[in-house]
Amino acid sequence: MNDRDLPRMAEALEKIWEVGQSLGLDPYPIHFEVVPASIMYEVGAYGIPGRFSHWTHGKAYHQLKMMYDYGLSRIYELVINTDPSYAFLAEGNSLTQNRMVAAHVLAHVDFFKHNAYFEQTNRRMVDLASVNADRIRKYEFQHGRVEVESFLDAVLSIQEHVDPNVHIRRQSAEELEEKHREREAKAKRHYQEPTPYDDLFELDPVPASSGGQREPPAKFPEEPERDLLLFIAENAEGLQDWQRDVIRIVRTEMLYFLPQMQTKILNEGWATYWHLRIMRELDLTEDEYIEFAELHANVAMPSRRQLNPYFVGLKLLEDIERRWDNPTEEEQRRYGRRPGQGRQKLFEVREMESDASFIRNYLTRDLVNDLDLYIYRQEGDQLVVVEKDWERIRNALTRSLASMGIPYITVDDADYHHARELYLKHLYEGEELDIAYAERTLRHVFILWGRPVHLETVVDGNRVVLSYDGEKNERAVVK
Amino acid sequence: MEVNAPITLSKNDWSLHRKGPADQARHAEKVKEALKENLGQIISEEAIITSTGDKIVKVPIRSLELPKFRFDFGKKNQAGQGGGESKPGDPVGADPNSEGPGQGKQAGNEPGVDYYEAEVSIDDLAQLMFEDLQLPNLEQKTRDLMEVDTIRFRDIAKKGIFANLDKRRTVIESIKRHALKTGEARFDAIQQDDMRFRTWKEETRRETSAVVIAMRDVSGSMGEFEKYITRSFYFWMVRFLRQKYSNVEIVFITHHTEAKEVDEETFFKLGESGGTRVSSAYKLALDVIRERYNPNEWNIYPFHFSDGDNWGDTDNRVCVDLVMKLIDICNVFGYGEIREGGVRSTSTLMSAFASIRDPKFRSVTITDKKEVYPALKRFFSVEEACQEAA
Repeated sequence: MNDRDLPRMAEALEKIWEVGQSLGLDPYPIHFEVVPASIMYEVGAYGIPGRFSHWTHGKAYHQLKMMYDYGLSRIYELVINTDPSYAFLAEGNSLTQNRMVAAHVLAHVDFFKHNAYFEQTNRRMVDLASVNADRIRKYEFQHGRVEVESFLDAVLSIQEHVDPNVHIRRQSAEELEEKHREREAKAKRHYQEPTPYDDLFELDPVPASSGGQREPPAKFPEEPERDLLLFIAENAEGLQDWQRDVIRIVRTEMLYFLPQMQTKILNEGWATYWHLRIMRELDLTEDEYIEFAELHANVAMPSRRQLNPYFVGLKLLEDIERRWDNPTEEEQRRYGRRPGQGRQKLFEVREMESDASFIRNYLTRDLVNDLDLYIYRQEGDQLVVVEKDWERIRNALTRSLASMGIPYITVDDADYHHARELYLKHLYEGEELDIAYAERTLRHVFILWGRPVHLETVVDGNRVVLSYDGEKNERAVVK
Repeated sequence: MEVNAPITLSKNDWSLHRKGPADQARHAEKVKEALKENLGQIISEEAIITSTGDKIVKVPIRSLELPKFRFDFGKKNQAGQGGGESKPGDPVGADPNSEGPGQGKQAGNEPGVDYYEAEVSIDDLAQLMFEDLQLPNLEQKTRDLMEVDTIRFRDIAKKGIFANLDKRRTVIESIKRHALKTGEARFDAIQQDDMRFRTWKEETRRETSAVVIAMRDVSGSMGEFEKYITRSFYFWMVRFLRQKYSNVEIVFITHHTEAKEVDEETFFKLGESGGTRVSSAYKLALDVIRERYNPNEWNIYPFHFSDGDNWGDTDNRVCVDLVMKLIDICNVFGYGEIREGGVRSTSTLMSAFASIRDPKFRSVTITDKKEVYPALKRFFSVEEACQEAA
């Protein structure tokens, strides 16, 4: 796409916006920026433009660039979830390719704006990320580049361990009491007929000793804590202020990325579903249409070793649309589903679901068969299909999407051995940890916590505790 | 670009945006550090020694992957998608299109890669290794082999051709002139008088001449390990000399009970058998020196690798005498003894050499592959190596 194409691209954008509106999409305003390939890789590697410097970003950048240079892979679309949103168009793409990208992006931005998982997202993340980057640069000046870098190494090592449901915090005892009092006061003020839903309001435990002095908690933290980064930033004793700040920066940015990780299939499916429909509304020449079809086929190509989110997401959405447009007699009878509600249902799905619930609620037996999904694993030196049963596939997928491939690890005890040692617990759900990696990660956790650290997990059916005390790694089987 | 919808399009100049390349450079720097730390291990890998020339080798570096808590890929169930007829037990083939196009970040579900593999060329490795190495005790000898003419830009003039304009100095001159005139140090229009040009001088550099005599024990007692270490050491030594010194000559000598001078190819290939008489090699070395390399004209460096298993004590004593003679006329004499697994017998050549106290005599014992690099460093360092306790 050269400079001569820019006015035509602007025209196309306007048309795409109109079509999107008429079809019911409601995105934030979008700014499109035409950039050279290298900038595509840079933004792709950093996730947010202007994010802090670190060699891992440089490594990711290098890998993306190499894939591009060798013609193995290209980044077509890059969109930043902010309000207004930023999208990047590669100048090396043709006009038609960028039209499709723009249509795709439009649906992404609609998704960002409306999907429930993005409700808490900071929509000024680009600004915040560069403020963060400035602070980290300042720390590099103050404390030395290597010092900051190796601390960042330690933090990034456990960056995935934040709580994705952080905004649904556990209520403190005080909050529970307060709520309870409010409800009772309200009940006194106006009497209400009992309803079948009353018990739902009473699910919160009633505080046992309202008013009186509470016992000091027997354990710290009282309840297992999933947000390792937050817990360490708040409770590690030897950290300096700049170090706590670095932990918070990494955590804030991770929380920004999490909803995108939680909705990959749905979001890509949604964008693919819409770029198909929007492109059909544009006046493309025959050649342009063929070019578009080719690109679409490339993007939505099934993959043997992992699910292609573009393809699987698209198929699920189209299946939902079909099932809600033309419900079977049984569905009409049992669920009161009226025909012709496909689109409406899709908008509901885009608002409510994450990948895990999307798969759990809408992956049917027919779809598993049509898509020929399977579960495979390594046996000996080759990868082998081990599961074809549709329900087990659905359940396995749901589980792994819910965890996003990240082991569930909690802080179980921050005063282990009564010596402020950190005891982490891996909630074993049938998948074992890579022990060599876990031991190396523990060394990084030690840097953060400053005292010996432990991790309980399961190896070959035995409970095992991995420890690192600053000098050596140890493993012990727990009886 | 103006559009009516709340959608904008623009194209800016991004050419000064260098964040990615800067962090990539930092990554490359870390790769280099890690390589350097592991050089000892890396350089004696079979694949590298047997490679030819500019081959790229893959070097595993563990420290360059941030560890994280992750699942064991070998024990992990993954989801995939077949062509329509898949059933349990089917092998999952390689993906024809394993890297999906246009994907951004996809966290945590790629197949496990256990370590980061850096791709380096042998030349780069050599560069790293040879940074600190040099021929020790190099002296100016009467016979300069070559006079090398070089051009060096090291002078500044007020007149010159514009291609050689020194912009930095010119700007500084301009600022100085303003400071003198107005009392304010600022940069303004450049006048003829501010201009500074770089000019060159022709220099003649004399390079002194040196000869390295590489001696190798090829007797029957040299096992696979011993042969391998010897070859490995000399492989790097030859590369090092050729890279750093343009006119170093290398003489290759092999010996069992008899010594002979061979060409480079034979030297590296040869695997003979038979008894050992080390003195034969040293005698030949002395002969070669006498005939072709006058010590007044040449810097001379004999090196010898052996398992130390000599004909007998008598020959060991002869060897000591010969080494003393060699030391007299050489800059450094290096002896390396290879003992697999560190097994040592007291009657080795090394114990015979224990009496030699001359700082020009350097010896090293190699018991493991990764000690080849330290041996190189020992033989080719400037500081006078202290005698290794044998």
